[in-house]
Amino acid sequence: MTTDVGLGEPQVVTIAADEDVVRVRQLVRTVAVAAKLSLVDQTKLVTAASELARNTLVYGGGGGAEVTVVDGGRRRGIRIVFSDDGPGIADLDLALTDGYTTGGGLGLGLSGARRLVDEFDIDTAAGQGTRITVTKWAR
Amino acid sequence: MERVPVLKIGDILLVSIQVDMQDQTALALQEDLADRIVATGCHGVIIDITALDIVDSFVGRMLSSIAAISRVLDAETVVVGMRPAVAITLVELGLSLDGIRTALNVERGMELLAQSRADEPDLGLDLGLDLADLDSFGPTATP
Repeated sequence: MTTDVGLGEPQVVTIAADEDVVRVRQLVRTVAVAAKLSLVDQTKLVTAASELARNTLVYGGGGGAEVTVVDGGRRRGIRIVFSDDGPGIADLDLALTDGYTTGGGLGLGLSGARRLVDEFDIDTAAGQGTRITVTKWAR
Repeated sequence: MERVPVLKIGDILLVSIQVDMQDQTALALQEDLADRIVATGCHGVIIDITALDIVDSFVGRMLSSIAAISRVLDAETVVVGMRPAVAITLVELGLSLDGIRTALNVERGMELLAQSRADEPDLGLDLGLDLADLDSFGPTATP
């Protein structure tokens, strides 16, 4: 880990319903613009956030997203932590495989989101909930 | 929940998505469009996503479903107006938008639909037979 200095307080969105996924997208977009991410990087981060927020709602039974601007020394980035107290993920390798789904979706949410960000960290176990941390850096 | 309006222009249904859609809104649009295709007998659907700043896997799946449902109902779907950053992100996400025709804007989408309507195999066959008849029996036919 770099010695990140949180620039400002994290902004928190509670994810409990369909419209909260929209609120997460809008918050991430606003913060990404403020942190001067390029248009393509903004789009990638907002898309990843949309996938992960939906997962938090659908698979985790709801939870929250915490958005923070972080300082990586020469550049700024945005870190988002998605957490839920749901059933957790028993087989992480399988869950990260393209096309694998237990929910009737396309199975691209988790694996696709990982490709769209610079750093992706997942902390989960069966019965322990899920905590996913993603970071995208300004170039 | 907001609903996305479906407009009828001649033989085409036009949908311009102007809101950041909740998942339920996307599902409702899918049903509304199927109903309108059957009610109007339209043969073409244009979905304008110019205003969408992202297309995630849920919306991508909705677009694929709409295209598949339309096809079964004898209508063709063209998705128009995708932003460059959205296209780049979609490909990296791993979404291929199978079976979806695309055009750069509404105008080109309408041209595409008109063209593919004109190229329908049964119409072409009829036309071919008529021309052959003219060639064989027409008094003005010249070599």
